Amino acid sequence: MRLEIKGLTKRFGSFTANDSIDLTIEPGEIHCLLGENGAGKSTLMNMLYGLLDPTEGQIVVDGEPVTFASPRDAIAAGIGMVHQHFMLVPVFSVAENVMLGREHTRGLGVLNRRKAAETVRELSSRYNLAVDPDALIEDLPVGVQQRVEIIKALSHDAKVLILDEPTAVLTPQEIDELMEIMRELKRQGTSIIFITHKLREVKAVGDKISVIRRGKVVGTAPPTASETELAEMMVGRAVQLVVDKEPANVGEEVLSVENLTVVDPRGHQVLKDVTLAARGGEVLGIAGVQGNGQTELVKALLGLVRPDAGTIRLDGEDITRHGPRESLDAGIGYVPEDRSHDGYVGDFSVRENLILDLYRTDGFSRGLALRLDAIEQNADARIKEFDIRTESPETPVRSLSGGNQQKVVVAREFSRPLKVLVAAQPTRGVDVGSIEFIHKRIVAERDRGTAVVIVSTELDEIYALADRIAVMYDGRVVGVVGPETPREEIGLLMAGAGAGTTAATGTDTEVEA
Amino acid sequence: MGRMSAATAVSSTGAVAVRDRADVQRQVKLAVVYGLVLVTLLAFALTTSDSTVWYTLEERVNRKESPPVEANGALVLWPAVAVAAVAVALAALNRVPRSWVGVVVHGLVGVAFFAGFLVWVYADQANAGAIVMTNPLPGTIRLATPLIFGALAGVLCERAGVINIAIEGQFLMGAFFAAVASSLAYSAEMGLVGGVLAGIGMGALLGVFAMRYLVNQVVLGVVLIALATGLSSFLLSQIPNDPDVKQYLNEPLILPRIEVPVLSDIPVLGPTLFNQTLLVYLMYLCVVLVSWLLFQTRWGLRVRSVGEHPKAADTVGIKVNRIRWQAVLLGGALAGLGGAYFTVGSTGSFDNGASAGNGFIALAAVIMGRWHPVFASLAALFFGFMWTLQAQLAFLDKIPGELLRASPYLATVIAVAGFVGRVRAPAADGEPYVKS
Repeated sequence: MRLEIKGLTKRFGSFTANDSIDLTIEPGEIHCLLGENGAGKSTLMNMLYGLLDPTEGQIVVDGEPVTFASPRDAIAAGIGMVHQHFMLVPVFSVAENVMLGREHTRGLGVLNRRKAAETVRELSSRYNLAVDPDALIEDLPVGVQQRVEIIKALSHDAKVLILDEPTAVLTPQEIDELMEIMRELKRQGTSIIFITHKLREVKAVGDKISVIRRGKVVGTAPPTASETELAEMMVGRAVQLVVDKEPANVGEEVLSVENLTVVDPRGHQVLKDVTLAARGGEVLGIAGVQGNGQTELVKALLGLVRPDAGTIRLDGEDITRHGPRESLDAGIGYVPEDRSHDGYVGDFSVRENLILDLYRTDGFSRGLALRLDAIEQNADARIKEFDIRTESPETPVRSLSGGNQQKVVVAREFSRPLKVLVAAQPTRGVDVGSIEFIHKRIVAERDRGTAVVIVSTELDEIYALADRIAVMYDGRVVGVVGPETPREEIGLLMAGAGAGTTAATGTDTEVEA
Repeated sequence: MGRMSAATAVSSTGAVAVRDRADVQRQVKLAVVYGLVLVTLLAFALTTSDSTVWYTLEERVNRKESPPVEANGALVLWPAVAVAAVAVALAALNRVPRSWVGVVVHGLVGVAFFAGFLVWVYADQANAGAIVMTNPLPGTIRLATPLIFGALAGVLCERAGVINIAIEGQFLMGAFFAAVASSLAYSAEMGLVGGVLAGIGMGALLGVFAMRYLVNQVVLGVVLIALATGLSSFLLSQIPNDPDVKQYLNEPLILPRIEVPVLSDIPVLGPTLFNQTLLVYLMYLCVVLVSWLLFQTRWGLRVRSVGEHPKAADTVGIKVNRIRWQAVLLGGALAGLGGAYFTVGSTGSFDNGASAGNGFIALAAVIMGRWHPVFASLAALFFGFMWTLQAQLAFLDKIPGELLRASPYLATVIAVAGFVGRVRAPAADGEPYVKS
């Protein structure tokens, strides 16, 4: 199937999300769409999948112009989509999810679960996508869930498969497997639109690369183009892919974690016997696939979760039983992984958000009253220092771009003296320009002698910042290695074992190293 | 790889030896609850001096046809104490299994408690044989009927992602219009039709405000209950007292009992299950029907998918709000049938507040039954049982009547808070679906 997009435009009010986009996807090609967060990739794909109506322009399938009023039409035309956030019902089985919307029945609307399971088995053997049709989605690792999404699309006879940021949640090994799957699909004639902002992946698997910036296709490139070239096209200016930093001037141990164990409300041990230490003047990077205990570790450090065993010490003082306020007062800076949830109050102004955890200090309050003048001066200074692009200090943080929202959080946390900085996913959903800026500030904080703990699922970020890398898997620290350790080795640790089979089959195997 | 092994320090054991807090809580909870049961049963056993009780398997005492039987209650009391003691021991050692065996243990302790309690209440009579234990089961089924309809309505709506706390309101309107329809048509069965239509009407109101105008569904439910209370009361006051008019509006026929041939001759169970009104038989059918619809059919799969992850359903072409509308209207119809119980199903003419809070208990049954039609129905049966027991024991002076009257609600609070534990509502329950 040949899919053409002609002059597709989408406007939301006065904002143009997609501006006259032209693309052609040839049968059996892997077409990469490269662009930053907010460049308009998702809008384009949602139009292609019938979730949004285009303002102008046409979608042409095999020479015939088509319009998609709903995903049903798009599916009927042979377009399948694997969404970034999986569209799977967690409490349903694999087979039920695959058949949803096009159920196998034996008359009277009675479900034929056996037939549905057969379909799954058939597709999984044909495309080499191992998955158990009777397993519940919520019990499967994300890599396998993604396979279910692909099977679901294929069961609808998709000829063009859209993969929206499919690698964001995967281990390096799972990414390799996904790429193998993509090549296999291509061999069997399915075209793939591969959306990503990761340059390495594009080069590894793409046949053709289109770069989108601010809603426009700014160019196409062959996969042989260099990473620097691609990054420049994506951002619109020369970018520095590596952070400049001096060798670490390592000081004394500031934060130490011993045998920390956390049990979640459902009774699972989400953090198992973790022992770590962060030293002043050094960045400790914590690598690992999402959901392997990093969130709980960070929460325990901040006092947001009470550990079930183990101790946390700050400068030798036991802070295991501290609440968040005591932890912050003791000198821990915190950049949460989900800024809109934990980092700021969306409807509060930039000015108010800049003092969210400082308002009690003498500088900003006197008795029961806030010192509005001091708060205003603080806001003006921070906005300037951190280059926060906002209309005014009064603007609600919700209406800023992701990068600027994050800068507000970072600016606030950096505006008091820190002993330890804990930053989880400090640059998630942030544009390249802001990433550079935030990384520089983190390194500067390190050079001031602060112990920095960075939690990130992006290995690139870990490599850019860390002086030491701890890898987490299944609630444990499975290794602490130096920054020059090769990617493959860390990837194996992230997958939990040397064999690398753990994530693929979804079974628990023991870690050996 | 050599460098890696030098740099890593991995414990080769699985989980760390930390006792899971939830497990400790469960152990303590079970030990305390079973312990209370044991202490109570022991008190019953020790304070009973003359343990002779009289019972009959009939619902009412009929001294001519089946004279009451004399029995020694001690043969029940002491085994009940033994069961509770074993359960306490198991709980203290944390040996109560988590599987269905554990459920059987809970069930046995519950049965032991009620059996011991009944013996204690009926024992030590001044006049031998004056007060006779009767069969509480037929009453249980009758009182549970509206609750089960209401619970099924709640399950359907909430499985589709629409919170329905207005079951009470649907009951009231169903009850009123069942009375009116039955009086007009001079037929009890037509009353059921009237109830269904009124329930659908209330369901439609819920649907319009929840899905079209995206009103907060909890607030909406409260408002709908207030509306139904006021509206039914107003309409009732508009019916003139003139007997010529009133007989066409609020003097409904009552559904007759129908004895199912053969089946109703089964001892104990026969009269309990198969000597009931048409509405009760419809209730059996609806429990089976709703379970089948939800878990065996295409429609049910779609209903559950829009209640769990509406966006996923949308991306495979399922019209989320259309499915939700169907579930809400079907739920309204069921709640309307439940409402009909309060007029044509039992007492006849409509009175203000005829449903007397049953809708709220039905809501509790939904939660206690974990949004599952069968379990919710079982929870409703439990409430029906408590009410029947309370009615039967009301004229015995062993325990204060006030405490007895409060007991079903106390049991609700304890059951919902303590026994059900962590329950998971459908993930998108109460969240309107708006396409972005």
